[in-house]
Amino acid sequence: MAEEKKEKAAKTKKVADPKAASIDTATQQMISRAAELDIDTIFDRAVSMKPCNIGNQGTCCKNCGMGPCRLPLPKSGIEGEDNRKGLCGATANTIAARNFIRMIAGGAAAHSDHGRAVAEVFRSAARKETDAYKIKDIHKLLSIAPLLGVEIKVKDEEGNELDRDIDEIALEVAEAAMEEWGKPEGELKYLKRAPEALYEKWKKFGVLPRNIDREIVEIMHRTHMGVDQDYKNLMKQGTRAALADGWGGSMLATDLQDVLFGTPYPLQSEANLGVLKEDHVNLVIHGHEPVLSEIIVAVAQRPEMVEYANKKGAKGIQLSGICCTANEILQRHGVPLCGTFLQQELAIITGAVDAMVVDIQCIFQNLANVAKCFHTKLITTHPIAKMEQDNVIHIEFDEHHAVEDAERIVKMAIDNFENRGSEVMIPRQKNVQVAGFGVESIEYHLGGTFRGTYYTLNDNIINGRIRGVAGVVGCNNARTKHNEGHIEVVKELIKNDVIVLTTGCNGIACAMEGLLTPETAGVYCGPGLAEVCETVGIPPVLHLGSCVDNSRILLAATEVVKAGGLGKDISDLPAAGSAPEWMSEKAISIGHYFVASGVYTVFGVTLPVSGAPVFQKYLFEEFEKMYGGMWDLEVDPILHARKMIAHIDKKRKALGIDKARDRVLMSMEDRMKLEA
Amino acid sequence: MSRLVAFAAIQGGYNIVSKVEGKYQRALDTYDADTQVGFPNTAYFLPVIYSLLGIKVETLEDIKKPLEIARKLLPPHVKGKHHLPYLGPLLDAGMAALFAFEIEEALRYLNDPDFYLHSEEIDEDAGKIWLGAADDTVFRKRGVEFVDGSAPGFAAIVGAAPDAETAKLIVEEYQRRSLYIFLAANQNGTTVAEQLLEAGVQIGWNTRIVPFGPDISSAIFALGFANRAAMAFGGVKPGDYKRMLHYNKDRIFAFVNALGDVNAEWAAAAAGCVNWGFPTLADTDIPEILPTGICTYEHVVANVSHEEMVQKSVEIRGLKTTVSKIEIPCSFGPAYEGERVRGDDLFMQMGGGKTQATELTKMAEMNDIEDGKVIVKGKDIGDIKAGDTLPLGVYVQVAGREMQTDFEPILERQIHHLINYIQGIMHIGQRDIAWIRVSKAAVEKGFTLKDIGVVLHAKFHQDFGKILDKVQVTLMTEKKDVDEITKRARAEYKQRDERVENMTDEDVEIYYSCTLCQSFAPSHVCSVSPERTGLCGAYNWMDCKASFEINPTGPNQPIEKGECIDPVLGQWKGVNEFVYKASRGNVTHYNFYSIVHDPMTTCGCCECIAALLPSCNGVMTVHRDYTGETPCGMKFTTLAGVMGGGASSPGFVGHSKFNITQRKFIKGDGGLLRMVWMPKSLKDEIRDRVLKRGEELGVPDLIDRIADETVGLTEEEILPFLQEKDHPALKMDPIIGG
Repeated sequence: MAEEKKEKAAKTKKVADPKAASIDTATQQMISRAAELDIDTIFDRAVSMKPCNIGNQGTCCKNCGMGPCRLPLPKSGIEGEDNRKGLCGATANTIAARNFIRMIAGGAAAHSDHGRAVAEVFRSAARKETDAYKIKDIHKLLSIAPLLGVEIKVKDEEGNELDRDIDEIALEVAEAAMEEWGKPEGELKYLKRAPEALYEKWKKFGVLPRNIDREIVEIMHRTHMGVDQDYKNLMKQGTRAALADGWGGSMLATDLQDVLFGTPYPLQSEANLGVLKEDHVNLVIHGHEPVLSEIIVAVAQRPEMVEYANKKGAKGIQLSGICCTANEILQRHGVPLCGTFLQQELAIITGAVDAMVVDIQCIFQNLANVAKCFHTKLITTHPIAKMEQDNVIHIEFDEHHAVEDAERIVKMAIDNFENRGSEVMIPRQKNVQVAGFGVESIEYHLGGTFRGTYYTLNDNIINGRIRGVAGVVGCNNARTKHNEGHIEVVKELIKNDVIVLTTGCNGIACAMEGLLTPETAGVYCGPGLAEVCETVGIPPVLHLGSCVDNSRILLAATEVVKAGGLGKDISDLPAAGSAPEWMSEKAISIGHYFVASGVYTVFGVTLPVSGAPVFQKYLFEEFEKMYGGMWDLEVDPILHARKMIAHIDKKRKALGIDKARDRVLMSMEDRMKLEA
Repeated sequence: MSRLVAFAAIQGGYNIVSKVEGKYQRALDTYDADTQVGFPNTAYFLPVIYSLLGIKVETLEDIKKPLEIARKLLPPHVKGKHHLPYLGPLLDAGMAALFAFEIEEALRYLNDPDFYLHSEEIDEDAGKIWLGAADDTVFRKRGVEFVDGSAPGFAAIVGAAPDAETAKLIVEEYQRRSLYIFLAANQNGTTVAEQLLEAGVQIGWNTRIVPFGPDISSAIFALGFANRAAMAFGGVKPGDYKRMLHYNKDRIFAFVNALGDVNAEWAAAAAGCVNWGFPTLADTDIPEILPTGICTYEHVVANVSHEEMVQKSVEIRGLKTTVSKIEIPCSFGPAYEGERVRGDDLFMQMGGGKTQATELTKMAEMNDIEDGKVIVKGKDIGDIKAGDTLPLGVYVQVAGREMQTDFEPILERQIHHLINYIQGIMHIGQRDIAWIRVSKAAVEKGFTLKDIGVVLHAKFHQDFGKILDKVQVTLMTEKKDVDEITKRARAEYKQRDERVENMTDEDVEIYYSCTLCQSFAPSHVCSVSPERTGLCGAYNWMDCKASFEINPTGPNQPIEKGECIDPVLGQWKGVNEFVYKASRGNVTHYNFYSIVHDPMTTCGCCECIAALLPSCNGVMTVHRDYTGETPCGMKFTTLAGVMGGGASSPGFVGHSKFNITQRKFIKGDGGLLRMVWMPKSLKDEIRDRVLKRGEELGVPDLIDRIADETVGLTEEEILPFLQEKDHPALKMDPIIGG
């Protein structure tokens, strides 16, 4: 009782100011609403609890029982020799590097374990052990099979080349893919998808990943007390593990999901809390792995389910999503986005969510506390992601009973509709979006069935209509104003004719802001980008999906390199990466595989390396000399974008495309000189 | 606004495909499904469909598949607000429309076989002004002009100008720039073709103004022409649509001019053409698509004034054109080369059997002639009345530090086409059998004989400036002078012929390469030796030598032939090394004198193709004007399709007509005595030379022992004839495996 009182007292002390917490009106309204209902949210906790200043700098070591050893950098900096060390003598550089690559390990593990789960379902489908999952996109299967060393043609007795049986191919692809996590020898097969120059760099610096799991395990070993104590050598392993994520686990996750569930093509949908419907059963899907949610989407559309909902007094079933599971089912089915990472509690606070189904990653434990205040059923589904609170229902998903599980969940949501209280308050805000872009669909839309090619993009980069390409991705972070960084960075980029590829919560933020519509181009873009968008009919910000789909950005960049005219490596491209509001370990892994793939990558908010200036310099400057890409931190969103633009301009200059291109009139002699 | 274009073009695509589906259904109701369909005399079926989809449409039934593909390509309609991307769908809708157009035209050939006149020229009197699809003979003949650059590209004009004079203004400007002009579609029933006729402009393949058809669907013939060029000369394989369309974008400089209101069907056609990299320029206010990417520069440009249409079109396509600026009262350029001067138009003529007309070019000492001087000795045009004739001697004297007597015949040969380039003047023949017809129109503009001198002086300097410094031209119309120069010329001709004829491959250490066609056929390289003239018939060893002197970095490079690897088959180390490099590693070696063993490659420009006839123990050859079947089972155009693109194909070899009677012709396989079949027209054309060569070979009547199409079109049919005539090939060693 006394404790409760204390807690309440703390709460009344510090409550988030809605206007300071978010730029989004719906979010602001819901923060106020939460305050009204006296429900604490992450926004409130962010004002009441400060982050640890030493951890923030990356210089707190708690890898053994003698610590934690804390090595804060004095405010005035260190002049002369840096004598800081832990009990064992670990320097600030060693500690920051160990912490940094442990974050990479965490992120790479999250993406890759997600990939593994998909691969397992894929294998079940290939083995025909499940009815719920089938190979949906044969074309994609055939395109990835050779990359995994699986033949797609066979020779008959007379030596004629025939198409191989699809089931056979699928089975071998499944087995070859599963191998990537733990094969004893060799290197990851997808590495060869990178531009040759990049692959050669990796080889030269000894960072070709061997298998996905091993690189993560090796990080845990190397960062154990008393093992690797050279920040450069530590980062070498960090690089190897990050590449195993981007060009391994994440890429396999994306590809196998495409084969199972279909490769995304552009479609129209909506975003923000306003997608919830008062008169519908609202089922919100949250997390990252689309394996179960794919089935939920199918089940919720069944006429008998809709009828059942009608019988229970609802006009229908409204599915919507949060975080990357949302992005996955948006990209493939147009299911609307309910909100970003930071809006997960707020969705429930509308009082209109009949069930929230969560799988893995980025799920607040506080959801259970919030759900307790409403009728909302919070359902965990993944064996590795449970919650201690007793109001949480666990329906463990397995691919052999996927349909039954999904039916149970949808029914549970419908049955719960009648339990809604009177306190429903759904913000009206929502925006239209055009999403569903991917490597394949971009190629198609740049020239159709016959002329589809990334060269169309390159041509407009070369002629200067498009200044460059930016990948703006990542999470929300309650330590900074919700969506402000995302939107300001993106707007500044498109204003300067930089086309933006987005994933994750940046994609959701842009959708909420209305930046994912073709009409946006005329409003926010520079004249060159606006003209290209108008010609192709695309938004200036292209939503490529979830956070594992950052692998799509890697492949899109590779396609741009291959299309020609912009150098031989990703690092030659007028391109930059950004995560303005990052918070998760996955973001660090993504950031690092972008850097190691040659991309200048700027993070917002903070970066846990500032306590070790030498190590920071290594990441911010030395990396460029090795891989062409490097890290940077810029908290101010406008400066953040301008740094990216400056880098893009630097690359344009190096390519010799910083000046206007002349119109070349070809004579016969010129034509004879054309390459074959 | 691209969205509006997309909206209209996708609508247009639906209309067109639906309409053609209806026509197809009616055709199926009328004819059997196995009824033959196609365009006349072509080995490329419906060429756009064949080249892009790899589908051979031969029967009504075969149309089903490409029409289904067209239907499937049709994208969803574009929504007004929050639409999905539309560039890809727009281009697909355009392509669907074009496939449908080609099918529509094939159905027209089926339903109304006489709708188009199968000819290079129109028959205005009979009201036949639409020529339809170019057959392969026309296509090859004209295609070569695109390959060698004498035609830099083509303008496809659809619709009609506001009036005949505007149509003439635009089209004649294209002519001056040597482009081909393909005409299709109408604007409320009016067509550019009819407007040109009204304005007195000659139309037809000869003047490079080709009236395809009165409907928008006939515009497909222009694309069929372009894609056949890519297959025949560029070696692009049917079905390889990516390469096909890139080839067109990079190498075929074509574009569309839309004159008059642009409806949805035109928009679809224009969108289709963007797939080729061919932009559209319109004289009306239509939505534009300016950014680059699919086309090299802009895609759709509107509101172009008629005065600017030509200049803007070539700029937007990224094409450099040149206009010969020559100070004569008539227009001048390659587009007028094929123009006729018919009876009604004729003012006067020289030569042609009526009088003697002779042309001679001689090298002179630098101090003996005055550059630019044109002397007319005797009567000029102004001195005679309509219908008169004059004898003519054209005596060109050339001096220069780099000039050699070997170049005299090369310069002299230019006279024919250079005089033909003058609008309203027609030149036929050469040497002492020249024939010049001067039209009334030219005389009205003020043409005099002096202008011939002006043209020759200016063009010789322009084209051969590297080897000559001075040109003086004398035009004689007094019979006495003409007879005198004719006598002198005949002695010159004899001496020249002997010199060329006696020159052997062994005499020279340097051969020449010819990569003139590499703009079209990037991996092909010709080698030209004294006894193996260029297979296109246009370049002999001497020409190549001169060309190298004129342009040392040009398409004709000297090849040090080097060590002889095989004297019988004709293979040299130096040549192999050169060919390997120049073909970008595609060809490692070839033989000059064999059809059986690693024969020389061809670009598809060859005048003739020889093929092995194993049962007859010999070979046949066929020239490109012969459209019929041959004993090897393939027409010329099919053979060229099999051979073209720069690959060595044992059993087949491309060669020039002249090469047939050269002494090294397939020497390694037994020489000319192996020749068992030739089309009759070819036999007639080279009869005298075959007689002479036959004599040298000890078979004086060889020409009459060679079978032709009147004897038979299969080996079985001609073999009895060969046996009866005791053809020498039958007694020779087996041609293969021997």
